[in-house]
Amino acid sequence: MTDQTAILVEGLRKSYGRHTALAGLDLSVRAGSVHGVLGPNGAGKTTAVRILSTLLSADGGRAEVLGVDVLRHPDRVRPRIGLTGQYAAVDERLTGQENLEMFGRLYRLPSRVARARAAELLERFALTEAAGRQAKTYSGGMRRRLDLAASLIMAPAVLFLDEPTTGLDPRSRQEMWRVIADLVREGTTVLLTTQYLEEADHLADRVSVIDGGRVIAEGTTDDLKRQIGGDRLEIVLAEGDDTAAAAEVLTRLGSGTATVSVEDWRVSAPVAGASVLAEVVRSFDELGLTIVDVGLHRPSLDDVFMTLTGQGATSGDVGSTAGVPAGAAPEGSGPGRKGPPAPPGQRSGGDEQDLVKA
Amino acid sequence: MSALDLTPVAGRGRLFWQVADAWVMCRRNLIQTWRVPELLVFATIQPILFVLLFTYVFGGAINVGPGVDYVDFLMPGVFVQTVVFGAMLTGIGLANDREAGLVDRFRSLPMSRSALLTGRTLTDLVRNAFIMLVMLLVGLAVGFRFGDTNVLAVLAGFGLMLAFAYAFSWVSAVVGMSVSGVEAAQSGGMIWVFPLVFASSAFAPVGSMPGWLQAFAKYQPVTTTVDAVRALFLGGPVAEDLLVSLAWCVGILAVAGPLAVRAYRRGTAR
Repeated sequence: MTDQTAILVEGLRKSYGRHTALAGLDLSVRAGSVHGVLGPNGAGKTTAVRILSTLLSADGGRAEVLGVDVLRHPDRVRPRIGLTGQYAAVDERLTGQENLEMFGRLYRLPSRVARARAAELLERFALTEAAGRQAKTYSGGMRRRLDLAASLIMAPAVLFLDEPTTGLDPRSRQEMWRVIADLVREGTTVLLTTQYLEEADHLADRVSVIDGGRVIAEGTTDDLKRQIGGDRLEIVLAEGDDTAAAAEVLTRLGSGTATVSVEDWRVSAPVAGASVLAEVVRSFDELGLTIVDVGLHRPSLDDVFMTLTGQGATSGDVGSTAGVPAGAAPEGSGPGRKGPPAPPGQRSGGDEQDLVKA
Repeated sequence: MSALDLTPVAGRGRLFWQVADAWVMCRRNLIQTWRVPELLVFATIQPILFVLLFTYVFGGAINVGPGVDYVDFLMPGVFVQTVVFGAMLTGIGLANDREAGLVDRFRSLPMSRSALLTGRTLTDLVRNAFIMLVMLLVGLAVGFRFGDTNVLAVLAGFGLMLAFAYAFSWVSAVVGMSVSGVEAAQSGGMIWVFPLVFASSAFAPVGSMPGWLQAFAKYQPVTTTVDAVRALFLGGPVAEDLLVSLAWCVGILAVAGPLAVRAYRRGTAR
């Protein structure tokens, strides 16, 4: 299973009444890789996962998992996939052990094997101590781990994770990431949907950004970031300093044209990484420019959607559109922008960029 | 990944898995019932209140004919009313499973497509049998007596009521699998039940109702079942009502069963 395609989706369509959830979705996931599907609420992520995991029929198009047509032979797909949805789908009144044993039986394992497998998975997910307690007493993180354990009973070749960390606290999220990374090391193919760029960044080899039921960008997370302009270095100078000279330095050292906000002595430019910071500081020093504030802003999911679904700003040199506040253009006119929540632990760059004028 | 041999059991027929999976589901529901005994207690208290209320409050005002004690007339009615009302719990339980995301999980497993529903309705059958037993004891305590009948007829009466309860559980399953959530299952489960139970011979003789209502009340499933059970418990001609009631049970199951399974297969958009 090296260069094989584990999941193949072509022109997949699905509508609910007049609402179009999928408008010709294409996906190709290499076996053994993690593929992130990134998009705002209502983009069609969950619909895609529901169709691929045999829960929903499609209106048209092709969907194959492990070479089997999901739409025509769901029975043959089910034993080989695992699914962890947005809800921790475990029985609250059963204990952890009882839950996993039950799912094992429903996968048709002999009862002795189902019991042993349950214990094995509880151990693996650090739930052995809680094995005899009803799942309703579990914390959010424990529930998600139990839920994930349930989808791993058959050691499936393909695992669907539909927003596996939505609603978890940062620590539980980190824990989930670690567990998922372990699975991937063991060779499981993972299709991951998420609203968090950071999550895709952390886990996914490749990412498809979807909006309005179709893919609007595809590539590695690095590709994606390059496409939306990467990091942005922003420096506030002391009042009266020479902003034009500062902009010249930033343009030379950064990866795009610097923009200047005259009222507050602010200059900013896209940069390739934090490494240029030292050189910028030295150059400013030589020119006698005083740095009051400095910040490196990573692109947030907001930026991804502003750039990919919004109009105009495509180069990452967002501030250069004549006289228009950078963030405002897509927000006012872009139908694609649905305002996903900013991922925790990551600053949204949007508000800073609003201040930047050409 | 695992030291265990994760090969599923193979080479068994479809029917085997329908039964085996349904048993796994039934067991799960029984454990739930056992761990939340309050629900069972409440489900038992309500019919007991009905027995006491109708016997002591309305009983004096309702004339059921010469030589018949109201409590004897009432008990078969309360039994049937209880199982019909109780059927609602089937739909609520399924709506609960749906809200918890469990139905989606089950649907993604290679298990039988009818197992969740069969397991649930069988659990409710066990629950109904238990509640009936408690009610019978309360009835006997307030003066209910079997009439000119025999043990076989009495057992047949209880058997008929359980079959009736089972059929209605499936109707409730259709509601539970189709409506949008638990609350909808609660209210949606009530609406169709009220006219069936009260426009019937359960609490008052059909002959005392206006003519246009009698036409409905006489032949509807609750009346025929109550009348058949009455005849089996108290004596009297039974054949016609028994046959009509059984036909209702079979008919309801034949329609509701496939509808419920279809709703399960199709799933819901979220």
